[in-house]
Amino acid sequence: MEYIVIIISTIFINNIVLAKFLGICPFLGVSKNTSTAVGMGGAVIFVMTLSTIMTYLVQHYILIPLNIAYLQTVMYILVIAFLVQVVEIVLKKVSPDLYQALGVYLPLITTNCTILGVAILVIQNNYNLLESVIFAIGNSVGFTLAIAMFSSLREQLDTADLPEYMQGIPAALITASILSMAFMGFAGLV
Amino acid sequence: MAALSNKENFLKGIIRENPVFVILLGLCPTLGVTSSAINGLGMGVATLFVLVMSNLVIALVKNLIPDKVRIPAFIVIIASFVTVVQLLMAAYTPALNEQLGIFIPLIVVNCIVLGRAEAFASRNTVFASILDGLGMGVGFTFALVLLGSIRELLGSLSIFGWKLAEADGMLVFVLAPGAFITLGFIIAIMTWMKRKKSVNP
Repeated sequence: MEYIVIIISTIFINNIVLAKFLGICPFLGVSKNTSTAVGMGGAVIFVMTLSTIMTYLVQHYILIPLNIAYLQTVMYILVIAFLVQVVEIVLKKVSPDLYQALGVYLPLITTNCTILGVAILVIQNNYNLLESVIFAIGNSVGFTLAIAMFSSLREQLDTADLPEYMQGIPAALITASILSMAFMGFAGLV
Repeated sequence: MAALSNKENFLKGIIRENPVFVILLGLCPTLGVTSSAINGLGMGVATLFVLVMSNLVIALVKNLIPDKVRIPAFIVIIASFVTVVQLLMAAYTPALNEQLGIFIPLIVVNCIVLGRAEAFASRNTVFASILDGLGMGVGFTFALVLLGSIRELLGSLSIFGWKLAEADGMLVFVLAPGAFITLGFIIAIMTWMKRKKSVNP
């Protein structure tokens, strides 16, 4: 039951993009059409789950025993950068199809703040390993949901008749605001 | 780039190449922490410090780093300064640290910092890089304070914590949707003003 609560609250109530403001750069940058948005979402689900497991293990088996928890930020970003490289190399060899689909988004992920953000939130919330994995999956699915919905809205916006100075980013931000308002309706769900 | 004078290196970050309003980098902290002007200011100053210090160090060591590993090297330098800021803020401004929360460690992945390191500090002199970092940092702080003030004013009818009227504001501006809509309108107004200027100079 507890796990279901984590999933629902990360996807809908505390959606990582629309309520917590993490990952705005890819949210605005890679959402011009739905297929790239879904590709990016897939890459995030994959990397976030792996990186959360890795950083959890690093925190509890390296940083805390050695009493160097203050190196958290430096260590995590290195682990994430390393992991993204490894995932890229392994995917290329093992599953060329998946690499074709996610390949271009992988390098962008190192500087996607959702990955580092979730890794830190897991430690702040004192989750155990299984809860952390569920939290990572929920958040990355929430990210994918938000970016996929947003991209289909933006495809419609392209054909809308807007004043010149509202076109592009301003219109997108106002759309995001309305989307975020809609997600507020989920508050109180659990 | 090399032709720019010192003054221009500093000034370009504030309006013409403002990282938030013009280049649209670093939007996560911009939207996440600006529920009040004071939070915006705190975040801006923290980022300013990291920008200046990392630009300084990267400009100093740029010739020692092999080209292939430069991005990881930059990230480690940036992450070190972020850790310094994190510890300083936890020690001296615990309340603000609590408010900004996760966005302090996330300065590491703020695209502005890495962006300036890669685009400017890795190919310019130390002095020019410091000025560039200062200018970009001030521009970022300005954007955050502007956004924070507007949201605080509309959302809770106060500014920098000073209550202007004993009434409830529009709560939505303090919450998530208000952040998106305020930034959207600021960018629209800036684009509109730029258009107007270029039509009748």
